[in-house]
Amino acid sequence: MIIVQALNYLKESASQTAGPFVHIGLAPGAAGFDIYARELGHDIIGPNAKGERITVTGTVTDGTGAPVKDVLIEVWQANAAGIYPGKGAVENSFRGWGRVIPDFDTGVFRFNTIKPGAVRGRNDVMMAPHLNLWLVARGINVGLNTRMYFADENTANASDPVLALIEQANRRDTLIAKADGTIYHFDICLQGAHETVFFDI
Amino acid sequence: MSPSDLIQRDRQWHPPAHAPDYKTSVARSPHNALLSLQNTDSELTGPTFGHDDIDAGDNDLLRNYAQTGDPIGERIILHGRVLDENARPVPHTLVEIWQANAGGRYRHKKDTYLAPIDPNFGGCGRTLSDDQGRYMFRTVKPGAYPWRNWVNNWRPAHIHISVFGTAFAQRLITQMYFEGDPLIAKCPIVNAIPDPRAIGQLVAALDLNASAPLDAIAYKFDIVLRGHRSTHFENRPEGN
Repeated sequence: MIIVQALNYLKESASQTAGPFVHIGLAPGAAGFDIYARELGHDIIGPNAKGERITVTGTVTDGTGAPVKDVLIEVWQANAAGIYPGKGAVENSFRGWGRVIPDFDTGVFRFNTIKPGAVRGRNDVMMAPHLNLWLVARGINVGLNTRMYFADENTANASDPVLALIEQANRRDTLIAKADGTIYHFDICLQGAHETVFFDI
Repeated sequence: MSPSDLIQRDRQWHPPAHAPDYKTSVARSPHNALLSLQNTDSELTGPTFGHDDIDAGDNDLLRNYAQTGDPIGERIILHGRVLDENARPVPHTLVEIWQANAGGRYRHKKDTYLAPIDPNFGGCGRTLSDDQGRYMFRTVKPGAYPWRNWVNNWRPAHIHISVFGTAFAQRLITQMYFEGDPLIAKCPIVNAIPDPRAIGQLVAALDLNASAPLDAIAYKFDIVLRGHRSTHFENRPEGN
């Protein structure tokens, strides 16, 4: 038998669930104690961000319809010009990233940010404005990636190359937050009839 | 120029979403297949953190919540490197950890296990990897603890670890276990990982060479994030 050269790639560390007490590490204030001078993830956009101020609210539910009260959601977004931090000039202290924790009793989450601009996608096709979301929780073995689009961006959504990849057109609506003025309602369903589309990115 | 796409995540190496012996996964796992995307800026960019975000002592769990003295427990040093699949170091990336105390009790208002809280132990720490991708924490070795899965399930001693990398698609949360722990083989969360080599990669090795004699015993744990694909032909958008 001939042994060929080794490729010498490493394997990615396997994911494990964040477990029920993820807040201790990533949001100790929510766990019930203060330890860090600056807890990260509270302010997505900083004080200088241009663009429309919006609030996003919703609930994550499991396959039985029950709210997932111990979820932690991270948000990653571009600024109003569609530029991600690290990719071009953005407003001073615009991080574009935040951590969102629902109310432990109701499971309702709520966060403030700005509406991102359209982002240039592959082959220079523009992607409709969207937030990138990553969900971790007890019972979730590998963090779940999804996107939140905006119901009042129908024209842009109609030509979005990612939404277009969803073969079952009726599932595209699971990624589109309903607009109520500057408040957007976005419920995430982990499993079942109205299951949100999740991505392998 | 954009960074090249990431190497596809090997979903047969990671645990599946639905792992029925880990009961909570049954109702929290999508039934539909994930939709695979080619990377865009939305996936290839990610947040950055600097030394103005964290304090130098945030990686010392022996001190960062000490009220009246040191925490009770086995003093350990946890160290290692953050690397990518191409074996390159991942410098200046945020590494966050959280864990139970030596008795297996978490400082969390939802943890009701009867083992006591340690008044001098918070159980979380964070640091930035250095320019070689190295990181280090001081802490106590966490205890095993029971959880309501089967009625007699016990988690092996573990430390939760969160890492960023440079791209949002590298975002990873995992758990590190300790060499020789007999509970590792019995844990439904561990055993959700199908490949024993992938499990072994989550078990930190006792590292006496890095121990502080008469002070703290060391474990070494390297973390591997997704790597970027090589682009031998830059003018081909599909890569190589």
